Amino acid sequence: MKKNIIMNEKEIYRAIKRMSHEIVEKNYAMKNLVMIGIQTEGVFLARRIAKEIENIEGKKIPVGVLDITFYRDDADSIANQPKVRETNIPFNIKNKVIVLVDDVLFAGRTVRAALDGIMDFGRPKIIRLAVLVDRGLRELPIRPDFVGKKITTTPKDRIVVELKETKKNDRVILQVKPG
Amino acid sequence: MELKSKDLLGLEYLSRKEIQLILDTTIPFKNLFTRSVKKVPPLRGKTVVILFYEPSTRTRASFELAAKRLNADTLNITVSSSSVVKGESLIDTGKTLEAMKADFVVIRHGMAGAAHLLARTVKASVINAGDGSHEHPTQGLLDMFTMREKFGSISGLKVAIVGDILHSRVARSNIWGLNKMGAKVYVVGPSTLIPKFIEDLNVTVCYNLKEIIGELDVVNILRIQKERTVESLFPSLHEYHKIFGVTEEMLGKSKKSLLIMHPGPMNRGIEISSVVADSERSVITEQVTNGIAVRMSILYLLGGKASEINY
Repeated sequence: MKKNIIMNEKEIYRAIKRMSHEIVEKNYAMKNLVMIGIQTEGVFLARRIAKEIENIEGKKIPVGVLDITFYRDDADSIANQPKVRETNIPFNIKNKVIVLVDDVLFAGRTVRAALDGIMDFGRPKIIRLAVLVDRGLRELPIRPDFVGKKITTTPKDRIVVELKETKKNDRVILQVKPG
Repeated sequence: MELKSKDLLGLEYLSRKEIQLILDTTIPFKNLFTRSVKKVPPLRGKTVVILFYEPSTRTRASFELAAKRLNADTLNITVSSSSVVKGESLIDTGKTLEAMKADFVVIRHGMAGAAHLLARTVKASVINAGDGSHEHPTQGLLDMFTMREKFGSISGLKVAIVGDILHSRVARSNIWGLNKMGAKVYVVGPSTLIPKFIEDLNVTVCYNLKEIIGELDVVNILRIQKERTVESLFPSLHEYHKIFGVTEEMLGKSKKSLLIMHPGPMNRGIEISSVVADSERSVITEQVTNGIAVRMSILYLLGGKASEINY
């Protein structure tokens, strides 16, 4: 297995900073802007983006946590039920502008599940999607609005996002299976 | 980590890790209850048959709500109006439900082992909702979830189960589960309602609640089951209340953190006084809420097995 580091700490920091500026640039009414991170890495990224926006605009952005396990579309094909993690959206999302944050965008199925999950909490005005890595190979008609890094991969590759909140370093690793 | 069996027949057959998994998984389900949409889709398209050979309101309602909040379809079969009165055997009823492609069968039956028999007969996941005086595993699990929520951990807790231990499936499930989780278990009641050799299940027998009330963390009060004519086993209900009823006076001698539990339905004024039942230390209504979350957790965890059924 070949391991390539495709983003280091500095690159991740810059990507988050640029995405934060892009979100601010869209001129959403700041009082309606909220972040929702998808468990687990998406939550850390959502918090970091919220912090950057606070630095730029001087306003605190609420961050919610969403676990998509209940909304997966493959419940019928896996014998061991995946572990259910916490969902905590401590604010009313009605008429809000939500930036949904995940670490890697791949088939688009996680985002599809997350959209279903969010709708159970109410009817937001807008949902936008921010991802640190877009690796292509979409299976559903979903596209990101804010992207940290876009790379081309094959279905066999693995992308691992490690963040300091749970790991030693900030880095994104591309694992390529030989052959 | 996963559950080993396709069925939930009793806490005797679960490992400590499996119990822990069920209790951990219950937390996110309980969090759903504070949302305006309390329903999530993981059991979409699955069928849960609720087959009750004994009367019940809360357990049946709890299972039905749990299944519905997971988006499963539920089918309630009440025995008094089913073909069982025409003499159909349990195995044949099971085969019929299987032919209808049920994914789960929740069964309550007056005979110990009924759920086991059904589990061997059908491919569906069988959940024991009470079999005779044997086990009532979901009640045991919801009691443990409630204790863990209040104390953070079950290990080291001193728990007394008070009342009719002889006929109580709740008692047996609690004893199996609590021992596995590292609690110290007492059983308290008149000697006629304490079965012989119960000490073999690793419990301490006590015939006077007042003697031990001071050291307890939890008192789980069982219902005096008048339908099982237990009154013939002690002089009078009044005397039972005087000696084993949990009253305000008794609470004065207990720890301030003592938790009062009761699986319901309560006989106020017999095993528990009204003041105690409605006191701040009572978590009886919370047990009902937790019951739905625990049953959702079990249906969810067994759901992976149910999806493997090849009809």
